[in-house]
This record gives sequence, C-alpha cells and structure tokens, in this order.
Amino acid sequence: MVSSEAAAPPRVVVVTGVSRYLGARVASRLAADPRVERVIGLDPHEPPQALAGQLADVELIQADARAATAVVADLGAEALVHLAVTSAPDPQHGGRAAMKEHNVIGTMQLLAAAQGAPKLRKLVMRSSTAAYGASFRDPAVFTEDTEPRAVPRGSFARDILDIEGYVRGFRRRRPEVAATVLRFAPFISNTANTTLTRYFARPMVATVLGRDARLQFVHVDDALEILHRSVIEDHPGTYNVAGAGVLALSQAVRRAGRLSLPLPEGTLSSLAAVARSVGIGQIGLDQIDLFVHGRVVDTARLVKEFGFTPRTTAAAFEDFIAGHRTGSSLTADRLAAAERAILDGIRQVRAAAERTDVNS
Amino acid sequence: MTQDEYHKALPGHADFVLPRPAPPKPLNGKRPIPEPLADPVDIWDQRIAKGLAFLRRRLAGAYEVDDFGFDRDLTDTVFHPMLRVLYRDWFRTEVFGVDNVPDTGGGLIVGNHSGTLALDALMLTTALRDQHPDRRNLRLLGADLVFSVPVLSELARKAGATVACNPDAERLMSDGELVGVFPEGFKGIGKRFSERYKLQRFGRGGFVSAALRTGTPIVPVAIVGAEEIYPILADLKPLARLLGIPYFPVTPTFPLLGPLGLIPLPSKWMIEFCPPIPTAHLTEYADDPMVVYNLADQVRETIQATLLTLLEKRPDAFGR
Repeated sequence: MVSSEAAAPPRVVVVTGVSRYLGARVASRLAADPRVERVIGLDPHEPPQALAGQLADVELIQADARAATAVVADLGAEALVHLAVTSAPDPQHGGRAAMKEHNVIGTMQLLAAAQGAPKLRKLVMRSSTAAYGASFRDPAVFTEDTEPRAVPRGSFARDILDIEGYVRGFRRRRPEVAATVLRFAPFISNTANTTLTRYFARPMVATVLGRDARLQFVHVDDALEILHRSVIEDHPGTYNVAGAGVLALSQAVRRAGRLSLPLPEGTLSSLAAVARSVGIGQIGLDQIDLFVHGRVVDTARLVKEFGFTPRTTAAAFEDFIAGHRTGSSLTADRLAAAERAILDGIRQVRAAAERTDVNS
Repeated sequence: MTQDEYHKALPGHADFVLPRPAPPKPLNGKRPIPEPLADPVDIWDQRIAKGLAFLRRRLAGAYEVDDFGFDRDLTDTVFHPMLRVLYRDWFRTEVFGVDNVPDTGGGLIVGNHSGTLALDALMLTTALRDQHPDRRNLRLLGADLVFSVPVLSELARKAGATVACNPDAERLMSDGELVGVFPEGFKGIGKRFSERYKLQRFGRGGFVSAALRTGTPIVPVAIVGAEEIYPILADLKPLARLLGIPYFPVTPTFPLLGPLGLIPLPSKWMIEFCPPIPTAHLTEYADDPMVVYNLADQVRETIQATLLTLLEKRPDAFGR
C-alpha cells in the first residue's frame, strides 16, 4: 500500500455503539469533519432522544454485530471504530449474559466482518486500563507492555482481555490494516454518566477499609480528541489514554466534598452483590478491584505519538466536581472558614487568659 | 595612703597599661549568646495555625500524591517527626559518610537488613532526611507481603515505598529518586540473634541489573544496631506457616509480654554510607549474569567489612 494513501483520512467510517454517549459523540464529530464523506452508525438499539439530535448527519443502521459483515463489506468501509463495549452489566438489557454477548461475541463477529472487508485499512478499538488486571505484585505504573499477572475476577476486565486477544488475532491476519487499541482510564467530566461518576456523586461513598487506591481518570473531551485523531491520522499500536498524575481514592472523595464510609473488603463485596441482585447499584468486582489495587498507567507513548496531552487527572476530576456541587458536605470553602473560626477562637481564648494573668 | 596611691608610687607602675584583649572572633560560626529577637514571635500561635492548616489540607484533599502514592505532606508532617524521636532519642543514631550519597539524581542505596520488623529501613529514611544536606527522601522497595496487608500497604505507599520489582525501581531511578533496597529480604530480618551481623545471601542481584540498566550509582550502607532491638531466640516455623508469614519470632519480650514486646530495646545505632560504585559505564552489561553477580558480591563484601569496623567503634551494644 502506498504510504500517502494510508495517511489520507478514510472516506467511509463505520462506528459501532452509537446509541451510547461516547459512540454518538464520536460519530457526530466524524460526520462534521469535511474530510470524511460518510459516517455509518451501527447499533442494535435505537439511540435515545437526547442523542438523536447529535446523530443527524450520521447514517444509522439498526442491526447487531451479526449483520456487520454485510454492512462493512457492502458499504466499502475504510475505517471501523469499535466503541460498543459496555463496562457494567445493565439489568434492563439482560444483565451480565447480555453484556458478555455484546462485548465478546459482538467484537468477534465484527472482527470477522472486518477481516473480509477488502477496502478496510483502519481499525480503532476502545479498550480499558482494566486490561492490566489487579494484583499486589503489580508494578506501580503500567506501561503498554505490562502483562496482567493473573486473569482478573471482574467481568469487564475479563471481557477486555478477550477483546484484545481477538484484536491480536486480527492484526496477524490483516497486518496491512492499521489497528489502534486505546486503553482508556475511567471516563469523567461534568456531564459524563458512568458507574464511577454515579459512585462519586453520592453524598456517602463506600470505600475499602485499609485501602487507598491510586486512581487516574481521563476527561471525555480528551478521549474524543484521541479517538478522532486515531481515525483521521494513522497511529497503529496500543496506547494508554489517561490524565497524568494521580488522585488517591480518599483524596478524590474529599476533593468532591463527600464523606467516605470505609467497609472491609468482604463486606463491601457481599453488599455490592446483594445490591446488584436487587437491581440497585452497579458496583461490581471490577470496581472493588480498582478500589483495592488502584491503577496508574504511563501515557508517554500516547503523548509522543499523538502530540496531544490529555488534561491531568486532577483537572479532569475538578471538572466533575464543578458539575456535582449538590450533595457535597465538606467543601474546601467551608473547611477554610472553619479553620479561620477555630484559629480566631483559640487566639481570643489565649489573649483573655494572658489578660487575667497580668491582672492577678 | 590608699592602695591606688601606693600603687602609683611604685616605680614603673604609673605608665603600665594592661594589654587590651583581642576582639572576640567567631571560630565555628556559632554565636555564644543569641541576640534577642527584635519582635518576639508567638511560637504557640504559629504551631496552632500550622496544625490547623494541615488538618484543613487533609480534609479538603488539597495535597499532591505522586504516581507511586508518595504523600510528601503527610510524610513530612506526621511520619518524620514521629520517626525522628525513635531515631534520635531512643536509638541515639550516629551517621557517617552521608556525603557519599549523591546530592541530585538517582542513587541506589543497598543495606543490610535486620531486626525482625524492618525498623532499619525506616531509620535509614530518617537518617537521610535528617542528615543529608539536601534532605533527600528515600524511596524504599518493600516485599509483596507488605503490600498485600490492608492499612500497612497504604502507610508504606504514602511514606514513599513501592513493591520491589524492576519496573518500579528503574522508573524511580530514572526519575532521579534515591531508592533503598535490602537484598537480604526476610532472610535478613528473620535471622536468629546468634547470626547477628552476618550478611545473608543477596538473592539474584535484581537490584544490580536495575541500577545497571539506568546507569545509577550504587551506595552500600551498613547499619549497626538493628540486630539488638528484637533479638530472635527462636523461630516458631509451624505457627508462621499457619499465619502465612515468613517467620514467627520469639524474643526475650515477645510473645511473653504481649504487645509490650513490640517496644524495641534501646540499642546504640550507627549508619555508615560507603563510597558510591559508579555503574554508568556498565549499562550494556545489565543482562550479563557474571557482571551482575560480581557487582552484587562487591556490594555485599563492602557492607560486611563496614559492619565489622562499625562494630569495633561500638563496644557496647546498649552504650551511649
């Protein structure tokens, strides 16, 4: 393949998972880019009303991954953006079984379709830093070359490992297709609505007793920028996508002005299991593993290759706090006021004591 | 005739003047008498304000944590003052050769390990923070066991430690940090009192290859005093296996006195930093087992020899 042709932006792009926030935003942004002629959104569900407005310029095809073969080949897709990866089971859409079907089987079928698409020259996959698993022996900072020590127990992390396995197979069979795998840290922004943002939005936040995980986030807008660049430009390879810096879980809870409720790991696991079975709350083993072990990644490769630095974890979290003022109790302003009041009080008491000393 | 008049009448005494004393010259830069402060500062007011500001920072989360979880604010305000009491007043630690530790850039401090609980690692950290001109922070490499225990793992991370593995060690050293490692591991701290100051095997020398790969100088350090704090008389192996720990120590006070047995005996400590071993010219040999082994052996021999000279300087383990 001629290199200048490979560097040109793809004319026809297929985006999966457009019924969800991330997919819809990526598709609408690609549709707005004049270099891209057609953007086709592929999703088994109809997009909700809130996202329908964004998808005006996107050709929507309501079909599941089994129909992907026909779509990808017939439309002559040059790039395939696979974002239809769910991070938590949705009780309204079939729970864990449906999640696995969607994530693993969906990816398998989509990649089978991609393999048979003659014009395809770019594949962009949404992955997660959950691919590194969770273990006490893990290094503090993961690079893209770190292998997970053991199969993780969280369902999402296991799906991610399966998905990345399929991509490795695809790379072997179609080496001329530029495959970009983006391992995203948990998304956050003032409007993002994920398991983790719902967790931090509560006034009382359950944490693991005796553990203070190191967390990293990526701002949704930065994730969109990286996804857009991976489609328009050529960046084959695997990249960690996260904001630089670290927030300890306790620190994040305090910055958000929430109160933490430390529970022993076993209690938290069983409470979360009960909550899941009743259908409230979605704290899964993935989240508990994250809160026990933490997860920090090295983004040097991303910054070098894309020439783009996502905003820091602290800045991304600051944006989340700005959108979730309600429900916070211990805010920085109130603490500063309390500090001044206490210091003044102590000074007055000491001054009064000195006066009585002098008088007596 | 008064005494003065008689004095003047004596020949040769009228024009005699005592020589003026030389003006006082400071010799060691210290003032014998502190000058009174122009404005007396209310020290208690400062302390209260500082303490309240610290509390507010902690409650608001307004502090920085690095990628490894090291929390400078907490370490400087809480951990170090507490450790310094143990370091200065309880163990009366003396430090030699602190100028062998580089002022800037990475360094790998390799020490002997002893004392049942790894207090020697904490005292080494305090020594560098207290005595080094640049008040350097030592980033310790700890055993997996430390990081699998709740609370302990987080205390270790906040104090700047991380899991002993090559990726972490190399990342810290290339970031220009001082890394502390005890290659003897549990073999060192869990040995009997009768084997005190005998260096154990140095593992596979993973620490040497990490230093070679990043071209970081290795500073051997000998620590005397930790062997006597909890002398291990016996090791209850079956009990240790049951609890999943590497050894179960029996010391003169533990488990006999229960939690009181956790008070370390007040031995006299000495820490000596040896001259650094440069490795920048050996970077290409990081995977050569012979070079790695020889260098590890050189470090081990240096520490053992320094231990023996330090022991001669300290005839009484519990002396002043």
